Amino acid sequence: MSQLTLRGGEFLLREAEPRDTFIYEDFTSEDLLIAQAADEFIRGEVLPKNDAIDHQEEGLAVQLLKKAGELGLLGADLPEMYGGLGLAKMTSTLLAEKMSLQASFAVSTGAHSGIGTLPILFFGTPEQKKKYVPRLATGELVGAFSLSEAGCGSDPLSARTKATLSPDGKHYLLNGEKMWTTNGGWADVFIVFAKIDGEQFSAFIVERGFPGVSVGREEHKLGIKGSSTRRVILENAQVPVENLLHIAGKGHHVAFGVLNIGRFKLAAAGLGGCREALTIATRYAKDRQQFGKSISEFGLIKEKLAEMAIRIFALESAVYRTAGMLNEAFHGIDAGAENANELYHHADEEFPVECAILKVLGSEVLDFVADETVQIHGGFGYTEEFPAAQIYRDSRINRIFEGTNEINRLLMLDQMMKRAMKGKLPGMMEAAQAIRSELNQPMMPSPDPTDPVEQVERHVKNAKKIILMTAGMAVEEVGMQLQEKQEIVARLSDCMIHLFAMESAWLRVRKLQEKGLDATIASAMMQVYAYDAFDAIEASARRAILSFVEGDMRHILLTALKRYARRIEINTMELRRQIAEYVIEHERAWSASGK
Amino acid sequence: MKILVPVKRVPDPYAKVAPNADGSDIARDSLPYAVNPFDEIALEEAIRLKEAGSATEIVAVSVGSEESTEQLRTALAMGADRAILVQTSDWLDAPAVARLLAAVYRRENPDLILLGKQAVDMDNNQVGQMLAAMLDLPQATFASKIEAQSGQMRVERETDNGTETVSVTLPAIITADLRLNEPRYVALTGIVRARSKPLETLTSADLGVSVSASVRLVRVETPPKRQAGKRVESPQQLVQLLKEEAKVI
Repeated sequence: MSQLTLRGGEFLLREAEPRDTFIYEDFTSEDLLIAQAADEFIRGEVLPKNDAIDHQEEGLAVQLLKKAGELGLLGADLPEMYGGLGLAKMTSTLLAEKMSLQASFAVSTGAHSGIGTLPILFFGTPEQKKKYVPRLATGELVGAFSLSEAGCGSDPLSARTKATLSPDGKHYLLNGEKMWTTNGGWADVFIVFAKIDGEQFSAFIVERGFPGVSVGREEHKLGIKGSSTRRVILENAQVPVENLLHIAGKGHHVAFGVLNIGRFKLAAAGLGGCREALTIATRYAKDRQQFGKSISEFGLIKEKLAEMAIRIFALESAVYRTAGMLNEAFHGIDAGAENANELYHHADEEFPVECAILKVLGSEVLDFVADETVQIHGGFGYTEEFPAAQIYRDSRINRIFEGTNEINRLLMLDQMMKRAMKGKLPGMMEAAQAIRSELNQPMMPSPDPTDPVEQVERHVKNAKKIILMTAGMAVEEVGMQLQEKQEIVARLSDCMIHLFAMESAWLRVRKLQEKGLDATIASAMMQVYAYDAFDAIEASARRAILSFVEGDMRHILLTALKRYARRIEINTMELRRQIAEYVIEHERAWSASGK
Repeated sequence: MKILVPVKRVPDPYAKVAPNADGSDIARDSLPYAVNPFDEIALEEAIRLKEAGSATEIVAVSVGSEESTEQLRTALAMGADRAILVQTSDWLDAPAVARLLAAVYRRENPDLILLGKQAVDMDNNQVGQMLAAMLDLPQATFASKIEAQSGQMRVERETDNGTETVSVTLPAIITADLRLNEPRYVALTGIVRARSKPLETLTSADLGVSVSASVRLVRVETPPKRQAGKRVESPQQLVQLLKEEAKVI
């Protein structure tokens, strides 16, 4: 791993710099050409077949997957020595965004390239990698991931699927039933989790053709109807011993080791869906006439369009910033090195907090945007005559899979604390201590800056103090029982999500300005987002404090909170109208370049 | 057979264009650009000729600003072997473009120049024909089907009266029409491979060509807004209005 600018979770403790932050506007013309190639394929081949895909027309999804594979759209993340393109994480993230416009197809390709392929790359033996990865990279084989069971979803380690060694020692015999396997209907290779002798939770590479492997019927889902979701049924399924993935009893490494990237990519895909939905909503709003004019001329519709654009901007800033961070961790790993798996594991372990933040942020922004897209369409949004209804149905799953947003909220803080305890977050204790001592000192209010970037900078700095103070005191007051008080944990996680998004938007605006690009609208979006996020952080922190401490300490903390949470007031209505005008004119979310 | 394919950087045909503030040009800030679709068809045909074993080398050439490198990269990613940028910031009329391309032809000596019948920004439909005249080469315009034969190309061309089949002796100029083929999607592998393909930059001075224009762009303006239609009561009234108001019959 090369030197990291910020270690995982460190964003809470330290200042980040624009020059170390990757933003969308850093992409090269080659990156944009890659994005364009993906976009043309999706708009030319996939979107026109939307209805057929959603009705699961026989063979269509696989045919499109293979076509995407031939064009190199499935192997972007994989190293060249295993048939991939070895692109930087930023570029593969951009690709994931562009591949997302048909949600079912996005889920199929995402599951294939992510959780269906990466476990073998990260944890496989060189033989396993050589055998499977190049054929997965080109789409010759389709991959899938079978972790959940009927009785175990968020708690995968309670799996009941068993593996026993055959008497001749050549096979593991797997027995059990896995639920919710994306690509179940057409995958060739499944990463299956089972407990050896009912105890050692382990991962296996299971081919569809192995004796004893079959799949159930298609689940009738609320949305993403064109993706295949089936049970995988294992009845004395014969898995050669050489297909044990990673180490017996260490299946949790595999299960959780690829979920970070999966969660992150989900946010990137959500971003693509958001941008498209905003364009659809804006065009409809311009077209739809009421009271003798286009409804896009009304304040409440403008407010919606602006708010969609603002959240998309914050999400986009957070997605590409995190892509840059992940790239730092993964960059330069020699796929052929003897310790390649160790390096991958090491890199993947670095950013679970950020990946969980992005998963929640991405799926919740997408849900908001989808919901407002329906609302702007009014009654027509509730019919299948317009794309809004499908967008709404398709978005909903994102808050559920790859770890529910509830699980991800818990995980965020849990991982943050684990990192601190393992010494992977140097400065955490000092930072918490500094806040403690600041509590006892009088603080003179400094004059409010007038420059928007400086205003948001103060909000960012104070938000970090609020979170450190509240989280630090929660740990101190509640101790190990904090895990049981999930409501408090979730409030703290909400604070972190808002902070990360707000800071990412702020860093991006500063970098845009440094690059000499026009950041007028970007700056307005940053201002409004930060204003509301700061409010939300204060509200969440207050609720957390009120639920874990009483008496004098409560008073001290609330007083401190009030001090840190002093807002710089701005006219968000005016700013939103300005943002809405941009969206209405360009019929899309903001971007610095022409695309 | 060596094929020279000129590709032009044009505003994305699906982008909305509008005049700039003083009407001297279209507003180009934040306008997305693309390879001229007809040139893309020409390039696709060249690649197919190469894949079929009829062509050995494809050279893409673009005349324009440094940004045209993006379109040359696309051409390389699709399958051109190398690229030449004739870099100029001047506004060029069709004869100037043809003079520059003719000079590139003399440097490269290809067997075939295969280009779009027109560029979708100015819609001149002149460069191919001018090139043929300047280089004194046979031409087949508006090709909808091309077949390589020894030393010549058999071309089906679309005319108002139907399809005409001509045969041109190489070296020759062929301009591509819309129905010649459907260009492939750019593959990511192609984009990565394009990194190592040569891209040479020349200037009009290098080629010894004057780019002084004989045509000047005077003014760009939007067409007048369409007036609302009128509902007529009877055929008689329609005829009357066509006679008296529209004065078309």
